[in-house]
Amino acid sequence: MVNTDFPLIFERGKKGRTSYSLPELDVPEIDLASEFEDSYVRSEAPDLPEVSELDIMRHYTALSRRNYGVDSGFYPLGSCTMKYNPKINEDVAKLAGFSHIHPHQDPKTVQGAMEIMYDLQTSLSEITGMHDFSLQSAAGAQGEWSGLMMIRAFHEANGDYDRTRVIVPDSAHGTNPASVSVAGFDAVTVKTNDNGLVDLEDLKRVVNQETAALMLTNPNTLGLFETEIMEMAEIVHGEGGKLYYDGANLNAIMGYARPGDMGFDVVHLNLHKTFTGPHGGGGPGSGPVGVTEEFASYLPKPVLTKQDDQFIFDYDRPASIGRIKPYYGNFGIYLRAYTYIRTMGAEGLKKVSEYAVLNANYLMRRLEQEYSLPYQQHCKHEFVLSGKKQKQLGVRTLDIAKRLLDYGYHPPTIYFPLNVEEAMMTEPTETESKETLDGFIDAMLQISEEAKSEPELVQEAPHNTVVKRMDETTAARKPILRYQK
Amino acid sequence: MEFRYLPMTESDKQMMLETIGVESTDALFADIPDDVRFKGELNLKKPANESALMKELTRMAGKNANLKEYSSFLGAGVYDHFIPSVVDHVISRSEFYTAYTPYQPEISQGELQAIFEFQTMICELTGMEVANSSMYDGGTALAEGVTLSTGQTKRSKVIVSKTVHPESRAVIHTYAKGQNLEIVEIDADKGITDLNQLEKEMDENTASVVIQYPNFFGQIEPLDKVNDIVRQQKKTMFIVSSNPLALGYLTPPGDFGADIVVGDTQVFGIPAQFGGPHCGYFATTDKLKRKVPGRLVGQTTDEDGERGFVLTLQAREQHIRRDKATSNICSNQALNALASSVAMSSIGKHGLRKMAVLNMQKARYAKQQLEASGFPAVFSGPFFNELVIKLPENVASINDKLLESGIIGGYDLGQSYPEWAYHMLVAVTENRTKEEIDTFVKELGDIHG
Repeated sequence: MVNTDFPLIFERGKKGRTSYSLPELDVPEIDLASEFEDSYVRSEAPDLPEVSELDIMRHYTALSRRNYGVDSGFYPLGSCTMKYNPKINEDVAKLAGFSHIHPHQDPKTVQGAMEIMYDLQTSLSEITGMHDFSLQSAAGAQGEWSGLMMIRAFHEANGDYDRTRVIVPDSAHGTNPASVSVAGFDAVTVKTNDNGLVDLEDLKRVVNQETAALMLTNPNTLGLFETEIMEMAEIVHGEGGKLYYDGANLNAIMGYARPGDMGFDVVHLNLHKTFTGPHGGGGPGSGPVGVTEEFASYLPKPVLTKQDDQFIFDYDRPASIGRIKPYYGNFGIYLRAYTYIRTMGAEGLKKVSEYAVLNANYLMRRLEQEYSLPYQQHCKHEFVLSGKKQKQLGVRTLDIAKRLLDYGYHPPTIYFPLNVEEAMMTEPTETESKETLDGFIDAMLQISEEAKSEPELVQEAPHNTVVKRMDETTAARKPILRYQK
Repeated sequence: MEFRYLPMTESDKQMMLETIGVESTDALFADIPDDVRFKGELNLKKPANESALMKELTRMAGKNANLKEYSSFLGAGVYDHFIPSVVDHVISRSEFYTAYTPYQPEISQGELQAIFEFQTMICELTGMEVANSSMYDGGTALAEGVTLSTGQTKRSKVIVSKTVHPESRAVIHTYAKGQNLEIVEIDADKGITDLNQLEKEMDENTASVVIQYPNFFGQIEPLDKVNDIVRQQKKTMFIVSSNPLALGYLTPPGDFGADIVVGDTQVFGIPAQFGGPHCGYFATTDKLKRKVPGRLVGQTTDEDGERGFVLTLQAREQHIRRDKATSNICSNQALNALASSVAMSSIGKHGLRKMAVLNMQKARYAKQQLEASGFPAVFSGPFFNELVIKLPENVASINDKLLESGIIGGYDLGQSYPEWAYHMLVAVTENRTKEEIDTFVKELGDIHG
């Protein structure tokens, strides 16, 4: 028996019920069927919901109450930068002059929108120390791929067809090696040393004439600044390779350091992380790509530029990697990022990084009392704990994460990065207060106590959520991917 | 300067520094080597307060000609459709829009269930068995479909009709370059794919054939005939890009034998917003469910036997499979998928066909009126809500004149098809009134003189 306390939208309403309000048919009606062969006219209506408007609001309100966002509570999900999403951003994005404009309108009728895009490109170039930016990429992963495609185009333009390998650290996010494959390269792994940084000796070993690029986040996935970045750049550039910056962790260093000054040739940013585009339950994001002057001609087209007093889309870019997305990218997310940058300015953005790093270090020093900390140096905006002490008591990191749900917190990212046993990757962000951090610390310390005194309490968590742990094995073995009556 | 998103007080900061054991926050950045440290101040505009910024940005928005103040006959993949008010009220609930991907199912049942419902609606519309949780947009969804087909068939040639959206084709070409694929384009004949040419191009190295339905010119491609040709080669896959609103009236691609159906749900509850974010969908057969790119939500039960939902078949995805993943996609368009779900629920089973028919009726009225004024439709086949007309002068200058009368004219086909210069692709949605259509036709006639 299916529990219908929380019905699907298809289980709500009643046959024949409607909630639409469509414009009227104000033109003379003609016979449509005669135009089509019978086999092209749909014989059975798609089984969409039959609900009233109130049914819809009750349904989605109920669903929203079974969901957890940054506005619900603390969300220290490492590498995701779950900071507060300012409300003015949402208001700006809803202005009709932004939300109801068509990408194929004559550019002279959308100069306001184009000016904002241009200003955003310029601001991102300044923040990262890059020469130029393309906003087009829909998300971080698409930014990675388009950046790698530019690196490929660069090498090919130099007749360098044998550069088939891209080096990624063993701690890299999964999209890095996946994007390497989609761009037609092979991924090669470089090891992390005992200090949590890229092992320079191993880097020297894997770099060679086949190296197209090294992909790196800095600070890296362990939340540590790659202090030998200039040496790494020299090693890779020395062999003719290029440096790619994954901007997932830019929130740590704004106003303190810029990828363009560290030798990076191509970067992508995540506007939905650092620049407060909301995560939306998984998207939409936006992953602009920045380049040095050497790479500018390869940027995806069209390129937004300024000619005299007018903003234009330049399609005459023969060296461009081409179009990577229809239209001009996720404009709605640019508006949010732009509004945020204008709200903060240089002073505010530097403070953002200052407090992101302060919060992370405070949390780390308080939690290392009870949880194993594999790397001892100051962290940047995030840090990785290991649950290996608790594992010896029979309590795994997954259990700790589930127990945090009982305390009302979203858990850290778990089992990532892959090179830390029982990893808990924690990123508090700058928008959280000390009281919030202290509350979270109390919960984590309490769970550590529970692991010692009452391990089953943790092992069987969560206890207070609307559902308990899910049977994911059956979900994958016998997938049910749609509702059926 | 105070910043409203930064809550830390000076005394908090001091206590925290003490706990950390450093004098100042500068010590926490001491690991950044001097030669890479940024020493100046970023050259950005000064911080702006909320009211001043809102005023400035409202003024910027006002510089744009928007589809709510003008009457628009511009489509070409992005449409001005009715958006029910409920949509914005639902997606403005911050439990949805401030959440991350639902990796913790116990506190994410709302999002997971909403996606499961979205997947179901897409299956219903397309006539397919499986749909994913969303892609960036229709164009990249199509490129992912192409990638799936070449991986699955281990073939490298893909045939794409020139009646597919030019920008989607451009995206396919860029993705194909990364994977060393050969893309062969088929010409249009009388506004639809040239089937003879298609048949000639089919060979044992053809991974897939890509068709749009309705196509870029608004015409309805003969999917049954295309499918017959595709099936002449064993294993070759049939990929259809489809406007899901049209499927309220038209037989879905799944019924014609499509292996992959993709498209964009912008038509359901998503404003044009200068081209993005919109929302790609990706649907396929049960057989290919383990090859699907991106996230999938599945139904299961919890320890107490309660129904619930989880992200599933994750072994396909980048965070597990890394360089062997079916795609590199991570972030998708979840919030827009939610918007489309709400719109589809609101339009509902009974409204969908009505809405599709309204588009068709109004487009046919426009066609008649245009014909009567000396602008006959160039193509005579069955169509949905867009038609192509020939103009006496270039489209851009005509659109300039229309704009003065409060009209955003149609798409200049010459931009992407040089052979169709002086031709306008006119879109007529349910939002256009008879009066607006009459004015549009009259203005065109006046320009024609």
